[in-house]
Amino acid sequence: MTVYAILFYILAGLILITTGLAITRRNMVHTVIYLVFSFFGSAMLFYLLGAPLLAALEVIIYAGAIMILFLFIIIMMREESPETRLFVPRQWLPAAAIGLLYLALGVLLILSADPTTGEPMKLAQATPAAFGEYLFNAHWLTIEIASLLLLVALIGALHLGREGKGGDARKTEETS
Amino acid sequence: MIVPYSHVLVLSGLLFLMGMVCATTRRNLIMIVVGLEIMLNAASIAFIGAALKWGTLDGQAVAIFIIAVAAAEVSIGLALIVAVYRRTGSVDPAVLESRSA
Repeated sequence: MTVYAILFYILAGLILITTGLAITRRNMVHTVIYLVFSFFGSAMLFYLLGAPLLAALEVIIYAGAIMILFLFIIIMMREESPETRLFVPRQWLPAAAIGLLYLALGVLLILSADPTTGEPMKLAQATPAAFGEYLFNAHWLTIEIASLLLLVALIGALHLGREGKGGDARKTEETS
Repeated sequence: MIVPYSHVLVLSGLLFLMGMVCATTRRNLIMIVVGLEIMLNAASIAFIGAALKWGTLDGQAVAIFIIAVAAAEVSIGLALIVAVYRRTGSVDPAVLESRSA
């Protein structure tokens, strides 16, 4: 077992533990903090798997922007979590059954699929410059579509967040 | 030499399951969006492992688009949650169900 394999297993354990802690916390601020740890672990994993640019983007966008957005919303809600019991059996049992089924199927698939998946992978790294050149050469149309998607998301978020409509919605509820 | 690709797949599968359990069992709209984020992150881990295994950059390209989609999805999702919160004063999906009925 090489040092890279040991690093991988430590990182994998760290990611799984922090994610498991995050999804079981009742306090949503704690959830966000644990998820930041989880995404940092993912970023280090990306670096280990040869994607330094994506590692940086993971820290900047996931751990930075998205989690801070969650934190803003949680602070804005200023409300205790409505859950009296964390895992309601009526919702927990189907989720557990489906999850276990998928887990069994996934492990079976991984074991039975391609025999080369069992071989250790060679270490390689894509430099950010090479990756960027490849991205803009081979996937320029997808980049345009992604930028359009982000523009649509921006307009949609602005429209949904407008004060006017939400305000009179509450009034109509009172009158009805 | 790192680990076999199957170990990366198992890790990403476990993460995806955790996200799914979070999205289906928690009774809070914000936690549902958190579960979606965890699932998207698990998918990008699988793609980056695949990019390393086959020595092509396509997996990393897909991962970068997953990040873009996740950013768009979370902004829209949280804006929807804020709109719902303004309308009903709650982020509990069960309350929404009873209000709309």
